[in-house]
Amino acid sequence: MFDLTGKCALVTGATGGIGGAVARALHARGASVGLSGTRQEMLRELAAELGARAHVLPCDLADAAAVGALPKQAEEAMGQIDILVNNAGLTRDNLFMRMKDEEWDTVLSVNLTSAFKLSRGVLRGMMKRRWGRIISITSVVGVTGNPGQGNYAASKAGMIGMSKSLAQEIASRGITVNCVAPGMIKTAMTDALDDGQRARLLDAIPAGRLGDSADVANCVLFLASEETAYVTGQTLHVNGGMAMI
Amino acid sequence: MSDIAATVKKIVIEHLGVEAEKVVEGASFIDDLGADSLDTVELVMAFEEEFGVEIPDDAAENIQTVQDAINFLKSAKS
Repeated sequence: MFDLTGKCALVTGATGGIGGAVARALHARGASVGLSGTRQEMLRELAAELGARAHVLPCDLADAAAVGALPKQAEEAMGQIDILVNNAGLTRDNLFMRMKDEEWDTVLSVNLTSAFKLSRGVLRGMMKRRWGRIISITSVVGVTGNPGQGNYAASKAGMIGMSKSLAQEIASRGITVNCVAPGMIKTAMTDALDDGQRARLLDAIPAGRLGDSADVANCVLFLASEETAYVTGQTLHVNGGMAMI
Repeated sequence: MSDIAATVKKIVIEHLGVEAEKVVEGASFIDDLGADSLDTVELVMAFEEEFGVEIPDDAAENIQTVQDAINFLKSAKS
């Protein structure tokens, strides 16, 4: 099950904890992977670790021209894009009343607008081949909200609405569009929490632990597979029971 | 019939899965040939590939009949 031999996947934010785990999971099932991110050294290290079928595609998603060029670069490197994983994201947390325009704009632009442009960019090939998987990494806070994260939550909720709309447009062409919504996962983002914050957080998670990147990656693999061809427009929550939505 | 017209009709027949005799010049993709809006986008993609031209979005919106497509491609190729 979940064999991806011959499929080509573009993963953004591949140097992050979740992005790297996603790339490894897809690659382990036989997919070629295009590793996109801003930190070239880390991309090269990941590609070297994976060996064959791994391609380094540096791209700063804050740069509109670079976003526009990325699908073509990935197609040149791998031949085609069957699976797009919109994983790259950043936070610029601030209380709503103090949030600056650029904090809002940066988060919406990198997290949501780039996902729109990349999804649009890969559609042509997927439509022609009558097969495609677009998976966007959203967040539990896109559904629940979170104080201090008005911009981030808006971008993640936006991904869900965007995915549901696109899913309806192209379901008849064999392309599924879904979201995976992690809760609290052990990454650089959650490492920044202090002990008090961490303890309060664990109280709210029935599973009693933070998630691993692999917990998220396995769900991406599931939605990327042939076996989930009839699942589209959905958001799969991966949060240890922290929110049951 | 010009080569362009014949090729356009061939693409329409293949893509929309309609009978050849229905694909007359005046036929509207949506009203007469049962295409939906996504089919028309795919038709434009197929024209672009077959004829090696780029069809900008504003021109694509005006290609609603077989004749519209033939006209656009004739002028693009001339």
